[in-house]
Amino acid sequence: MSTAVAESAEVVEKKSESLFSKKNRKLITNPLDIDNPITVQVLGVCSALAVTTQMKPAFVMALSLTIVTASSNVIISLMRNSIPSRIRIITQLAIVSLWVILVDQLLKAYVYEVWKQLSVFVGLIITNCIVMGRLEAYAMGNKPGASLLDGLGNGFGYGMILMIVAFFRELLGGGSLFGFKVFEAMGFHYQGNGLMLLPAGACVILGIVIWVQRSINGYRETH
Amino acid sequence: MENLISIGVRSIFIDNMIFAYFLGMCSYLAVSKKVSTAFGLGLAVIFVLGVTMPINWMIQNYILVEGALSWISPELAKTDLTFLQFIIFIAVIAAMVQLTEMAVEKFSPTLYSSLGIFLPLIAVNCAILGGALFMVGRPYNLAEATVYGFGSGIGWLLAIVALAGVREKMKYSNVPAPLRGLGITFILVGLMSLGFLSFLGFSL
Repeated sequence: MSTAVAESAEVVEKKSESLFSKKNRKLITNPLDIDNPITVQVLGVCSALAVTTQMKPAFVMALSLTIVTASSNVIISLMRNSIPSRIRIITQLAIVSLWVILVDQLLKAYVYEVWKQLSVFVGLIITNCIVMGRLEAYAMGNKPGASLLDGLGNGFGYGMILMIVAFFRELLGGGSLFGFKVFEAMGFHYQGNGLMLLPAGACVILGIVIWVQRSINGYRETH
Repeated sequence: MENLISIGVRSIFIDNMIFAYFLGMCSYLAVSKKVSTAFGLGLAVIFVLGVTMPINWMIQNYILVEGALSWISPELAKTDLTFLQFIIFIAVIAAMVQLTEMAVEKFSPTLYSSLGIFLPLIAVNCAILGGALFMVGRPYNLAEATVYGFGSGIGWLLAIVALAGVREKMKYSNVPAPLRGLGITFILVGLMSLGFLSFLGFSL
């Protein structure tokens, strides 16, 4: 988990200049660790498991989700006082799908190969529980600035877990990182472990990541 | 007919929504603590998937694809509305979920209260939208799409009831404290998915 600590430290430094209070910093750092969207809130798990066979699509996915979460958080937060609560879900879905359509078209235009690899999962950002969860739990009751940070923080938290899982799956499954053959470069042959590329491997790795993370931060669950 | 059976079996066992594509994981993990609740949610998912799939198929093929609107006027033969897929599909799904919610509230208040927030959240269950998007990518006709919808729903029900059954027993086992809850559940899902891999050997 040392990568997590390093990453959160870096984020704190970057943000603390423009955004002052401790509370605002917490918005970014909490989702990285004790309030992580995947390992603690159990949101957005589907895509976290499905797109992590390689690091490149995982990175693009994390970036897309961060953009969608942050920008829909801001918009919903701006509109929060004029949305009737009875139709809020459909309003939120409309805003989120607007952003997802934009991201989808952009990916299709500029990184077509990765877009094809991600297949339905870009579209599924609409139904990614992280986006909806943050809109419901945070943006509906907070100011746009704070909502932006909250969206970014949760996007980073999601991205962090995605990159960790993808790191192990690509390294152990294919012997490469970002498509770069690590073991070949070091001069010996590596026989890829196919299990890592299967759905089963993803679940087990995520389970172990959760185990390690909770051993460190002390978060416990009673059955 | 044979074709339909093959698609049905395939969507239940081989292309299982949970074990092959991880779709609908959020509610899958959160509602699988008790078999009875899991079963109720599974039924709701079957219903919503089975109903929205043919509706979305019709929208896709008669309105959205290139040339589908030529029956209105020949000028529209080149119009391609597929970029609206996401927003239209999700609107259909949200409407159907609203209906299901009202029906469940009327006929089974106990199930309604035990499902809680997860009933409206079926609208954002990835399995539903994911199913619709997979359907678009495959050359299904209306009947096949309907069977695919119901089949995927049944596969999802099977997966969640199986996991709930195991988790009910898990209460009595001594799991290391940090692994308790979510961690061990993931490992369980991984093992179950490994089991479901054996269906890959079926040739249909």
